[in-house]
Amino acid sequence: MPATSILSPEILAKYEPVIGLEVHVQLLTETKAFCGCSARFGSAPNTQVCPVCLGLPGALPVLNRRAVEFATLAAMALHCRINETSVFARKNYFYPDLPKGYQISQFDKPLGEHGWIDVPAPAGTKRIGITRLHMEEDAGKSMHEGFHDSRERTYIDLNRCGTPLVEIVSEPDIRSADEAYEYLTRIKEILLYTAVSDCNMEEGSLRCDANVSVRLKGAEKFGAKAEVKNVNSFRFVRAALEHEIERQIEVIEAGGRVVQESRLYNSAEGRTYSMRSKEQAHDYRYFPDPDLPPLVVSNAWQEEIRATMPELPEARRERMIDEYEITAQDAQVLTSSRAFADQFEQAAKAAKSPKRVANLVQGELVGRLKAAGLELAQSPISMQGIAQAADLAESGALSSKMLKQLFDRCFETGEDFGVVYEREKPQQISDSGALEKMIDEVIAANPKQVEQYRGGKKTVAAFFVGQAMKLSKGQANPALLNELVTKKLDG
Amino acid sequence: MQSKSEMPEQGGSVAKPGPVPLERVLRVAELAQLELREDEQQEMLRDLNAILGHVAQLNELDTRDVPPMTQVNAAMHAAGDRAAVDAGNVLRDDSVRPSLDRAKAMAAAPETDGTYFKVPKVIER
Repeated sequence: MPATSILSPEILAKYEPVIGLEVHVQLLTETKAFCGCSARFGSAPNTQVCPVCLGLPGALPVLNRRAVEFATLAAMALHCRINETSVFARKNYFYPDLPKGYQISQFDKPLGEHGWIDVPAPAGTKRIGITRLHMEEDAGKSMHEGFHDSRERTYIDLNRCGTPLVEIVSEPDIRSADEAYEYLTRIKEILLYTAVSDCNMEEGSLRCDANVSVRLKGAEKFGAKAEVKNVNSFRFVRAALEHEIERQIEVIEAGGRVVQESRLYNSAEGRTYSMRSKEQAHDYRYFPDPDLPPLVVSNAWQEEIRATMPELPEARRERMIDEYEITAQDAQVLTSSRAFADQFEQAAKAAKSPKRVANLVQGELVGRLKAAGLELAQSPISMQGIAQAADLAESGALSSKMLKQLFDRCFETGEDFGVVYEREKPQQISDSGALEKMIDEVIAANPKQVEQYRGGKKTVAAFFVGQAMKLSKGQANPALLNELVTKKLDG
Repeated sequence: MQSKSEMPEQGGSVAKPGPVPLERVLRVAELAQLELREDEQQEMLRDLNAILGHVAQLNELDTRDVPPMTQVNAAMHAAGDRAAVDAGNVLRDDSVRPSLDRAKAMAAAPETDGTYFKVPKVIER
């Protein structure tokens, strides 16, 4: 089957995809969920293990309070109802990266349920339900390739085993690959704002499985679904879903039946592959973990946790639009991370015109950062520098051209705006006498154009402005220069 | 998502179970990644049915109105004993404690290279 579709748009339009997403997020705790081993990423293999996370006989798990706080905060940010009592269960399966033979998870009594988020949609926003958010522990890492005996052996690193996760399960409310992408983007943004996870996909802090089926538009019943696994970026999730939707429609159009199964996405080929697992291979035999008492997050504790909730991105955007008179698009850029938004607001509050700070950040800073491949945190120009530049531009001391040059200079030398400005201090020439002298010079050198102007061709004035500006090395105050040129030519 | 039917039935009256058939034994062995020889299969079938038959005696009691209890703590919570519940809400602070020395952690493993645990080649499921 080709990776690109051979289906006509008319056929594709007959069907409606139904998508649900499961997102696993590693919580940003110092230690693992049920033991005191460090949860840090990237340490030497098998150096962050102990009897609890190795599943040695007799070891007992004790839950990490911080993990509960983070999970509860995340659930609240996703508008979930918090269950005062939730229960840990054992999910039983046998795999070498899970030494206990079961994963501690939550099953019929999860921490949070009945949540939702709004995502941008072609027509305004769309609300996507969140079925549940539950706590669980991660498994270790299996390495199947890269060792001299990889043909016969799998290597296991258990550092990650027992790291605290939350799993966020959406309702099957998502109707396109684009909507899935938006949903994931919003979820990640919210989690980053609440600072419960670093959401680093390269390090596996955020992982996504997608359940997808298709049905004829108007049909009530869901079609058989495939679970697409192993997708490690949001762009790939979108591409994998696009491919999988078309694959399923092709199967149905050819008179076949979609098989309920797990499929792996191969990003290099842009297609999904059947994992050829037996349809009823999984039977996890969940039961309540007798080693862990039910988790009780009392109302009082919930209120304490709620009090630590930061302003979330959506609310922050709305406030910033009001407060700084910026556009929705500006607000979107400025809130792309909590750190960015914090720094912007700090600068905006310090500057005379917050709107100008917003314009500078978006018009002059973001593009330069992108071109240089830098994050905001690595910007040579601090937000303080931006505020200073905005005030200079606001007072007319700097033309936009000078400002651009100074910003370029900052990116060349890696110095902050204040430093470069103090050294180069380009002055706008706002001295009428000096400007008039330059204009006289230009007029004297171009008698033909003067004649044209006086003959009625007023647009020639722009020529004189340009010449005089050149003579001033771009430092003439543009408004004043315009005024003086007209005055001279008319005089 | 998993279906609720995977959860074992709790409390209430459980339908009287018949003897476990061989295919059920083989299914459980498959889930446990065990390969049973023919004679082991028969032995397992016999033992399993003996054990379940023994436990089935409990079905003679009518537990329809008895709420299930998997934890004493949960029962206290249901009874509204908040102080007892809070005392039972055992949590630890998020502070790092020393892990095992790697050599020690690996001492009992059948195969390692000193850095990783090694197992017979497995394929992703």
